[in-house]
Amino acid sequence: MARYLRNRIGQSLLLLLGVSVIGFALMHLAPGGPLAVYTLNPTVTAQDIERVKHQFGLDQPVYVQYVKWAFGLVTGHWGYSFFGGRPVGSIVLERIPATLELMGSSLALALIVGVASGILAAVRRNTIIDYATATAAMLALSLPTFWFGLLGIYVFAQTLGWLPAGGIASTGGGGLLDRLLHLLLPMLVLAFVLVAQWSRYTRSAMLEILTQDYMRTARAKGLGPARVLLGHGLRAALVPLVTLAGLQLPLLVGGALVTETVFSWPGMGLLFVNALGMRDYPVLMAILMVGALVVVLGNLLADIIVALIDPRIKLTHV
Amino acid sequence: MTQLLEVDDLVVSFGALRAVDGISFAVTPGETLGLVGESGCGKSTTALALMRLLQGATLRGAARFAGRDLLALDEAAMRRVRGAEIAMIFQDPGTSLHPLIPVGEQVAEVLRAHLDIPATEARARALELFRKVGIAAPEQRLRAYPHELSGGMCQRVMIAAAIACGPRLLLADEPTTALDVTVQAQILDLLRSIARDSGMAVILITHDLGVVAGLADRVAVMYAGRIVEAADTRTLFANPAHPYTRGLLGAVPQLDRGWDEDLPTIAGSVETALAAKGCRFAPRCNFAYAACAERPPLEAVGEGHVAACWKVR
Repeated sequence: MARYLRNRIGQSLLLLLGVSVIGFALMHLAPGGPLAVYTLNPTVTAQDIERVKHQFGLDQPVYVQYVKWAFGLVTGHWGYSFFGGRPVGSIVLERIPATLELMGSSLALALIVGVASGILAAVRRNTIIDYATATAAMLALSLPTFWFGLLGIYVFAQTLGWLPAGGIASTGGGGLLDRLLHLLLPMLVLAFVLVAQWSRYTRSAMLEILTQDYMRTARAKGLGPARVLLGHGLRAALVPLVTLAGLQLPLLVGGALVTETVFSWPGMGLLFVNALGMRDYPVLMAILMVGALVVVLGNLLADIIVALIDPRIKLTHV
Repeated sequence: MTQLLEVDDLVVSFGALRAVDGISFAVTPGETLGLVGESGCGKSTTALALMRLLQGATLRGAARFAGRDLLALDEAAMRRVRGAEIAMIFQDPGTSLHPLIPVGEQVAEVLRAHLDIPATEARARALELFRKVGIAAPEQRLRAYPHELSGGMCQRVMIAAAIACGPRLLLADEPTTALDVTVQAQILDLLRSIARDSGMAVILITHDLGVVAGLADRVAVMYAGRIVEAADTRTLFANPAHPYTRGLLGAVPQLDRGWDEDLPTIAGSVETALAAKGCRFAPRCNFAYAACAERPPLEAVGEGHVAACWKVR
């Protein structure tokens, strides 16, 4: 186990190194740059631009910039935003709670609804319930998140006026109810795609499990239907589902990006999109690395949980 | 003697297919009945039908067990019968146990499902049952998972779970088929001693005549969804009446037969049976004649010995 963890963490560090190199290179390869906005500004001279470039170190070769940035990252100096000059660490950290609130609530909702509907679809397969969940899941998976977001805003915020159209709380307000009302729409939109995936995966996992000999044994013991389905069926389905949870993290991070933008949710996703527009390199790289770290750690955690659930899996091979 | 189980004209159909086509038999308390036949003859289906564990099947007839008709009970009442009054063990103990639950817990949960006892007592009783079925180092084995145990050990766990609530009837569906020969003998010994000590009746489902000879008091031979012959074990082996039973007994390898002699077989295959209108064995039978176009009734051919064949009436 210790050796397995050491190897996996070593692999993860390599992966993060790769992500940072590719991310850094792509960012600098993209046309434009943080100073592109000033080139057409008549009050900013070419000398001014050169001076600022030198200040930010943008006149150095890209690999020198990378090494400086990477050295700063591991020593805890994440640099300063090109716009406003605040330290990147605190800019990113203050956005994390909002993103966690959105992601966590969406994931929890998706898990409960997705697993429940998946079990129901498997038990009642080839009935109207099965077909209805299949159709809903297909719709959710094939239509883009931002479209659902805009639709939600149009229906519930603009037309019906039940829910706020965006933001995390009303200006000056911020009671619990107010925050929940703000959370509801983005949470549902982000959860929608996740629910679809959970539902389909749970259904197929349960369909396979329902035909297993041990399920017949459970029924032959005279256990109640809930105990048979959850205690024996879902218990066996946990292994593929936990793996799915790990694999879903990138989707969740990506979905949060779009959802936060659509709903002006002040999290890391919105920060990333804004920083991308301005080519705020230090902020972009910091968010990229935090996102990559979450995905890598999530997958490692999923593998460890799977090994804890399934005694047949031994964490010795990498 | 009053019967423990009385199956009367049981029909199990899956759509148009009649997997079990009107069988009747009875089991007295403490008796071991062997249900013999080749794969697909409906013997396992019969057991699962009695447990009402078949999905998508239509059941007709009656199965009176201790004063109730199993086929007429509602699901909640049936659940109280399963595992408590009628228990079942299966062919492949490796896959019949849940792979992710410690085996001790799998035994304890039957107790907790049927008896109102706390978890600690259920665990203590599971340990007792592990000792009873001959599991070595039972304390450690309680926490083991099925993949850590051998096939014979897993079947002992299955038996422990099956006898946990002291059932009056055990349905043993090919309990030794997936096991090594030496382990088979141990499991059969165990079943025999448990049945004798507890007075539990057993329906032993198998295709292995050797298993039947060693364990069963009476034998019913099934072919294509029907019982073709039934008698006490000694009579059936000494004096088989039905051509199918004779064919089966003839196909058992004998030690005194030459190693280079072909094993006698029953020509044809069971697929021809469903098309047959009368006697289902007629297409494969050497003795078939005109009368076999009618379905032969199960009639007495001797003391406690019945057979369904026009030739032997």
